[in-house]
Amino acid sequence: MKNYQIKHSDLDGWLEKIIAAGRRVIAPVTEEGHTDFRPIHSPAEVAADDQVQTIQSAKQAAFPKAETLFSYRKEGTAVSLDQPAPESYLQTVVWRARPCDAAGFTPLSAIFNWDYKDNLYNARLARTTLVAFSCQQADAYCFCTSVGGGPGEKKGCDILVTKLPSGKALVEVCTEKGEALAALAPGLFSEANAVADDSPLFAEKQSALAQLPARFSKEDIRRHLAEAFDSPVWREQSERCLGCGACAFVCPTCACFDIQEDPHGSHGRRIRCWDSCAFALFTQHTSGHNPRPSQATRWRQRILHKFSYMPERLDATGCTGCGRCSRACPVDMNLLEHLTSIAQK
Amino acid sequence: MNNWNKQIADMLADGTVALVIGYEEGSTPQKTRPLFCHDAVAAERLVMDGRCTHNLAVYLTKKELLPAEGRIGVVATVNVLKSALQLMQENQIPEGRFLLMAVGPEGKLTELPDAESLRQYIAAHPLPDNPEVAALIEKIDAMSREERWAYWQECLSKCVKCYACRAACPLCYCTRCIVEDNRPQWILPWASTLPNIEWQINRVMHMAGRCTGCGACYAACPLHLPIHLLTKKLTQEINREFGTERPAKGNVLSTFSPDDKENFIH
Amino acid sequence: MDRLIDNPYLPYVMTVERITQEAPGVKTLRLRFKNPEEAENFQFRAGQFAEYSAFGEGECTFCIASPPTRKGYVECTFRQAGRVTSGLSRLEEGQEMGFRGPFGNTFPIEEWKGKNLLFVAGGIALPPMRCVIWNVLDRRKEFGNVTIIYGAKSVADLVYKDELKEWDERPDVQLYTTVDPGGETPDWKGKVGFTPAVLEQVAPSAENTVAIVCGPPVMIKFSFPVLEKLGFRDDAIFTTLENRMKCGIGKCGRCNVGKLYVCKDGPVFTKAQLNGLPPEY
Repeated sequence: MKNYQIKHSDLDGWLEKIIAAGRRVIAPVTEEGHTDFRPIHSPAEVAADDQVQTIQSAKQAAFPKAETLFSYRKEGTAVSLDQPAPESYLQTVVWRARPCDAAGFTPLSAIFNWDYKDNLYNARLARTTLVAFSCQQADAYCFCTSVGGGPGEKKGCDILVTKLPSGKALVEVCTEKGEALAALAPGLFSEANAVADDSPLFAEKQSALAQLPARFSKEDIRRHLAEAFDSPVWREQSERCLGCGACAFVCPTCACFDIQEDPHGSHGRRIRCWDSCAFALFTQHTSGHNPRPSQATRWRQRILHKFSYMPERLDATGCTGCGRCSRACPVDMNLLEHLTSIAQK
Repeated sequence: MNNWNKQIADMLADGTVALVIGYEEGSTPQKTRPLFCHDAVAAERLVMDGRCTHNLAVYLTKKELLPAEGRIGVVATVNVLKSALQLMQENQIPEGRFLLMAVGPEGKLTELPDAESLRQYIAAHPLPDNPEVAALIEKIDAMSREERWAYWQECLSKCVKCYACRAACPLCYCTRCIVEDNRPQWILPWASTLPNIEWQINRVMHMAGRCTGCGACYAACPLHLPIHLLTKKLTQEINREFGTERPAKGNVLSTFSPDDKENFIH
Repeated sequence: MDRLIDNPYLPYVMTVERITQEAPGVKTLRLRFKNPEEAENFQFRAGQFAEYSAFGEGECTFCIASPPTRKGYVECTFRQAGRVTSGLSRLEEGQEMGFRGPFGNTFPIEEWKGKNLLFVAGGIALPPMRCVIWNVLDRRKEFGNVTIIYGAKSVADLVYKDELKEWDERPDVQLYTTVDPGGETPDWKGKVGFTPAVLEQVAPSAENTVAIVCGPPVMIKFSFPVLEKLGFRDDAIFTTLENRMKCGIGKCGRCNVGKLYVCKDGPVFTKAQLNGLPPEY
């Protein structure tokens, strides 16, 4: 795939072309001092690029918080079913995602495809183009480099844009979808050389990235977790946990969902919506029996699922180190801190 | 170590209390977070200052976290005390099970062992009204009905139904919440505009006359949706209709007086 | 409409052909595919489960209670407990409902050829076993002794009463039915006592025998030590896990136990497998 350069000042022009091409564009928007992904209709709506993170991840592009699985209609004793056509999913561009957003789609895709193919997710993802911007700053909650990512990591991106100190931005095109997006504004791009490890452009890209030394490795965590099921650490760490779903819902890799009914008399829809392993009712049987009866067992499930079960079963880690869960947690459950303490046990 | 930390460490060491719930330094210097102290060593980590905003009363009804025997100390802010008192009034926590403690200026520890001492302390330490909240309510009050509906639709369309507002509220202690009831399905359980509004209306209505105005719901919302304006506004309405006095047991909407001005009561 | 190719959440439409009231609150529905082509292509094996839809109420997980050797229909037996099972209970013969499946693994019946089979079931857990029992009885010569111990709270709560009678009358099946103390009627001819106690009393030999145990968690908990005492090895004891499920296809996360998904790797497990799992079931 090709690399291009574009002037910082032309990025808005490119975004305008993307909007004009009829794509649904989701981008960081700041309201009342808080920045989150929102649909936008003009580059002017996009938040200033001085944010580490949006509140929510980009997963909503392919895994919305609520979506129709199919609809039904009852007539007399008969039932007829109808399902959403993939064509009804809008061509979507996620503008200025972060590399950790893009990385999240690898574990998400693993969950949705490891056995049965979830073609609703797949159809949405096929219609989603991720334009990630390299991170020039990180905060106290970021730890992408500890889980295999990085502030300038291309994995999962359709395009990775890195703003260089020269006033130009390096545009690394990673997929056909990305190429199609660059092709919308041919006049704004000039071709750039491949970003080889020893090229000046690579050095320039590196110099533009946030510095974030790794604090532990995925392997460290996994090794420790293998022996940790009965550890008191789960109760210690989760005592203050309120059992809400904030961490799961802002997470780029949490994919647990519920299936619910939306009846309207003789017709209705079946809906898939986000759910969380932190909720007590997630696993509770009708009889009242609950395989994970305490918040400590649910917190353990969250960590083991992401860092032990998923790697073992799906060859994917359920965490991109984005830190969103820690920022969103009402009681400051800090994942980096908790993982570091597990890795040091 | 502060003198009050030492006092609490001693209480843990000599068994006066089996557990102390308080605050410790958080992930960043700007914030603190709840701390469960099981021993005297942990008591060194306790802090109390203006950054302590979590409503710790939320833990007082979580039986799985509390030791079966012994008293439980709580290093409390005024908001925590107000919620604890409300929980006592609603018969959710027994007086005596918890030893509520306030840290005054110069680190003086005041023990508030019963409902009456709580009432007195709260009355002596009124919390100032937040002018920003008041201004926002005024702004929304000034809207036309259509504008107001559009405002809340826009605002609550963003809700993801993580229920952090419910989880952070000390007075949302139902073991089975109405949103989890599906026969009938009172509130549609997924996140989209109308079901989100249904949820907030229900949450707020269940808080009517009970909400102590701590703002924990808003502080917990990961999307920073101003849902505390709803409870605050409803408190204003309750005050207007029923006065600011609250019954010593129960709450305004679940108690009655034979000489009520409405005749349906007779 | 292409289903399971495009949209794994889209059910088959089924017609309720026959409703049997098994016990108070317990019904069996016999379902036929609305689309004959789907019926033709449908295959499953003993132990597999499915998601049953009452449109307007939602979906519920039960095993397929009919044996794969009986073609053309599937049956499910359930106790009316929540919203969906109440919706399913309200269905009348001729009405249409939804069915997604088959999902999950199976009882390894082929590996049991030539062995004695001991079935231990409690209450509403006879259905998953009934599928295996009929499968075995339809191929009776291939297996050794068949012993069935079935317990319920009361005489009224015993399900498949006609079939119990049929099994009881067969010379090639040893059937013991039992009801909890206090659940017997004056003319009750079976045993009185909890299932694990009756198991201990019947004391079937572990020699060349496979035990299949399905029931409420408490029954399983107390039956395992009895089987152990009788000499059953952990890999000769089979059971099914009942973790909550929604999707049935390894995605929604509910039934995750350790690295396994009960909906994909189960619901059938040996006791030896359970020994290696976190106790989250």
